Amino acid sequence: MATTQGAALDRKKLMADPIMVTTIVVLITFLTLFILYPLAILLIDSLYGANGLSLDTFRRVLAMPTFTRAISNTLKVGFVVGILSTLIGLLFAYVEVYVKLHAVAGGLFKVVSMLPVVSPPFVLSLSMIMLFGKAGLITRFVLGIYDNNVYGYWGIVIVQTLTFFPVCYMMLKGLLKNIDPSLEEAARDMGASRWKVFTDVTFPLMLPGLGNAFLVTFIESIADFANPMIIGGSYDTLATSIYLQITGAFDKEGAAAMAVVLLCITLAMFAVQKYYLESKTAATLTGKASRARMLIEDKSVSIPLTVLCSISALFVIMMYICVPIGAMFPTWGYKFTPLTFKWFGQVFSKYKGLKAFRDSFMLSLIASPITALLSMIISYLVVKRKFKAKGFIEAVSMLAMAVPGTVLGVGYIRGFSGGLFHTGFLGGIYGTGLILIIVFVVRSLPTGTRSGISALRQIDKSIEESAYDMGADSLKVFMTVTLPLIKDSFLSGLVTAFVRSITAISAIILLVTPSYLLITVQINEFAEKGAFSIACAFATILILITYGSVLLMNVLMKYFGTSRKIKEE
Amino acid sequence: MAKEKKGVRLDHISKIYQDPKTHKDFYAVHDTSLEIEPGSFVTLLGPSGCGKTTTLRMIAGFESPDEGEIYLGGEPINALTPNKRDTAMVFQSYALLPHYNIFDNVAYGLKLRKLDKDTIHTKVLDILKLVGLEGMEARMTNQLSGGQQQRVALARALVLEPGVLLFDEPLSNLDAKLRVSMRTEIRRIQQEAGITAVYVTHDQSEAMALSDKIIIMEKGVVSQMGTPQEIYYHPKNEFVADFIGDANFLKGKMLRHEGSDGIVSLGGTEVRVAAAENVTDGAETTVVLRPESTVLGDTGYFPVKVVVSSFMGAYQLYHVMLGDVKLIIHEYNPKGKKIYAMGETAYIHFEPGNAHCI
Ligand SMILES: Nc1ncnc2c1ncn2[C@@H]1O[C@H](COP(=O)(O)OP(=O)(O)OP(=O)(O)O)[C@@H](O)[C@H]1O
Ligand SMILES: [Mg+2]
Repeated sequence: MATTQGAALDRKKLMADPIMVTTIVVLITFLTLFILYPLAILLIDSLYGANGLSLDTFRRVLAMPTFTRAISNTLKVGFVVGILSTLIGLLFAYVEVYVKLHAVAGGLFKVVSMLPVVSPPFVLSLSMIMLFGKAGLITRFVLGIYDNNVYGYWGIVIVQTLTFFPVCYMMLKGLLKNIDPSLEEAARDMGASRWKVFTDVTFPLMLPGLGNAFLVTFIESIADFANPMIIGGSYDTLATSIYLQITGAFDKEGAAAMAVVLLCITLAMFAVQKYYLESKTAATLTGKASRARMLIEDKSVSIPLTVLCSISALFVIMMYICVPIGAMFPTWGYKFTPLTFKWFGQVFSKYKGLKAFRDSFMLSLIASPITALLSMIISYLVVKRKFKAKGFIEAVSMLAMAVPGTVLGVGYIRGFSGGLFHTGFLGGIYGTGLILIIVFVVRSLPTGTRSGISALRQIDKSIEESAYDMGADSLKVFMTVTLPLIKDSFLSGLVTAFVRSITAISAIILLVTPSYLLITVQINEFAEKGAFSIACAFATILILITYGSVLLMNVLMKYFGTSRKIKEE
Repeated sequence: MAKEKKGVRLDHISKIYQDPKTHKDFYAVHDTSLEIEPGSFVTLLGPSGCGKTTTLRMIAGFESPDEGEIYLGGEPINALTPNKRDTAMVFQSYALLPHYNIFDNVAYGLKLRKLDKDTIHTKVLDILKLVGLEGMEARMTNQLSGGQQQRVALARALVLEPGVLLFDEPLSNLDAKLRVSMRTEIRRIQQEAGITAVYVTHDQSEAMALSDKIIIMEKGVVSQMGTPQEIYYHPKNEFVADFIGDANFLKGKMLRHEGSDGIVSLGGTEVRVAAAENVTDGAETTVVLRPESTVLGDTGYFPVKVVVSSFMGAYQLYHVMLGDVKLIIHEYNPKGKKIYAMGETAYIHFEPGNAHCI
């Protein structure tokens, strides 16, 4: 009886704020329609076929040897990539936090951590093929090996490891910095060697964090579509099998069932990561590093470690640079000089490059402000307000993080091509630019929301309360207080959403119609055909666009960002 | 200055929270009824976690009471959102808008009320003068000291001429000296503005210095409400007596009354306590003695053993043992009085009017 009055009053107060209510309703509708519903329809479709409720479709796909092989392939790759990325990430993180780094090495580290964030997903696959493939620059022309085969298991593992280890590196760096140095110094004091300190103190403290990094990479690897597509050859993973099931076998029901399998695997991993490891990581590392750490100055340790990491970093950077250079070789694999811009010319003259860039650019440009605003609104609601549906909004936007793009793509095909629940209602959006924009938004929403939430958590709740108290309604509070205070996060969300959208491929490739040409889809097509020079030219322009937008963001932040001024306080 | 002073009435208010660990509901505030007179300065005082902030936030509208109704100026306000309530709050963290300068911070609420520009300008400058921040309009909030930020927070609330001004430990982030001068300042401004104020603190001297009335809270319920003098000299129970200042407690039995005085037996010795109508004959009672009204001498009610005797400047501090009960005694103005050393035996005594039965 008692609590009902408080709840009723809270509800009444909420209802007195129509803008807030509308926002919440719109958000819930959006999340339900474009995240929950497509996933639900996959499940419904694969369980409820022509002859009622049955497991027939699952039985059928699981009987396909190609599919069961794809499952084991995917898990194998994910596992190995997870381990390798975590280890390399740990090495980099350890060196950065514990070794006095030379400025040049520090710069290299920074570049390496940035590259995968701003690069299109298949850049490394392209350069892998160009450097180490049959006609690879290094394999054939430096080492004299002919017919080296990079396609397949090892190709995927290497490329994915190089793509994902920087993520681990960034995660583990944060973790190491939070370890209180006095714990380790105490062990040193008692006579333990560096190595012993690492194995007895640092490593156990980091164990949950390492598990976390491993699982995050595992999920990314499993969900990755672009790299296995380009460098997998006949080694199929779940993501590529699903794609082929739709585009090759035209078996949408089967693809739906496969997508459910892939989704279940990532969701299970995600659940473990989110609810078990994240809390454990936080629990073991409550103490913030109170003092500066004594860095390792011993040259016999620091020099080899720094050199090792710097060489690896250089290698990764070289892989990225290979794409723009490859785009300038006159004939790939035969004639390398003089460098030429003819492929770039052909991109525009022969291959409708302009249209591809315009389409990709416009759609991403429309999607990114929507994503940025939406994620800030969600973060605001989640962090600063309390209402009943909050848990739902938070859970669904986080759920989107665990959904592989391919699964989402199949979900949209099943969910919207025949209209809602195959009734034809809303079927009109299928095949339009609108659905592509929606996919862009949904795919970038979790990242934006996560960064928005952490930015908002930094802001004292009473600042917004004081504005509310002085008479501002929710909209006013959000516009005059919240948004200005997280301007930096908003700006970077804007650019991140743009970069993610313009480089997206996994979901979009299933949904794009001939009326839209997208750069990533073009790159994939040309790479498939073996036209690497054109693929590289496309990719190079894409890289220029993404790097350009990141640069622009940094400039904007410098001049318009308020947060820094405020933080100095 | 205030257009209308408003009183606040809490009518059997409760707030239930869920313990985040055990998921059990508990009362953060339980069945609290209060009447706050228009124009008065009332302090909510109590130990950490007793529900002061919760009470204040219910008045402001950030939290909704689970039971009872809150009235502001006679109107029930339970269903109103904070932005529709005639209250203004000064936060512990000041909560200034960091992206605005001082002027815009103070003008924020006025702009929302759609006042014209000139009026806003005059009002803001007037109020900044009142809080002693003339000429600082253009500064950003991070260019101010803690005390100055506090003044902005106060100005920002005052300028709205609210029916009631709410403070949640506004001085706790300041250093001790500034705290003392700011509280005098707050009191002056409140009286000049003639505004109703509800002030939360866990600092008893702040409460004493500021308030017309003090409300002592313990574990979600009101222990006692009264003027600082009433609370200090006539605490209703041991919790209040102990929370406000130091107190000695002597357990005994009320023998009889002589007029309004009570005669209490403390371990066989009869002592006289004034104004003891609250305890009936034959009942168990506790006699409360403030350290400064307890006297140490060569004669008196009981012999005690001195265990601590130290010179504190303004007074001589004694800890004495009466059996196994420790008593604290402050002998003010010790110069020229007899000083007892550690280990000596002495007698304690008190005037009937300085003791109090609970
Ligand atoms: N949102 C909440 N959810 C659950 N419990 C809460 C919440 N807010 C406060 N509490 C609990 O309610 C009780 C009263 O809290 P309140 O903040 O009112 O205390 P307080 O008297 O202001 O203490 P302090 O002097 O430390 O500020 C505490 O036990 C607190 O832990
Ligand atoms: Mg409090």
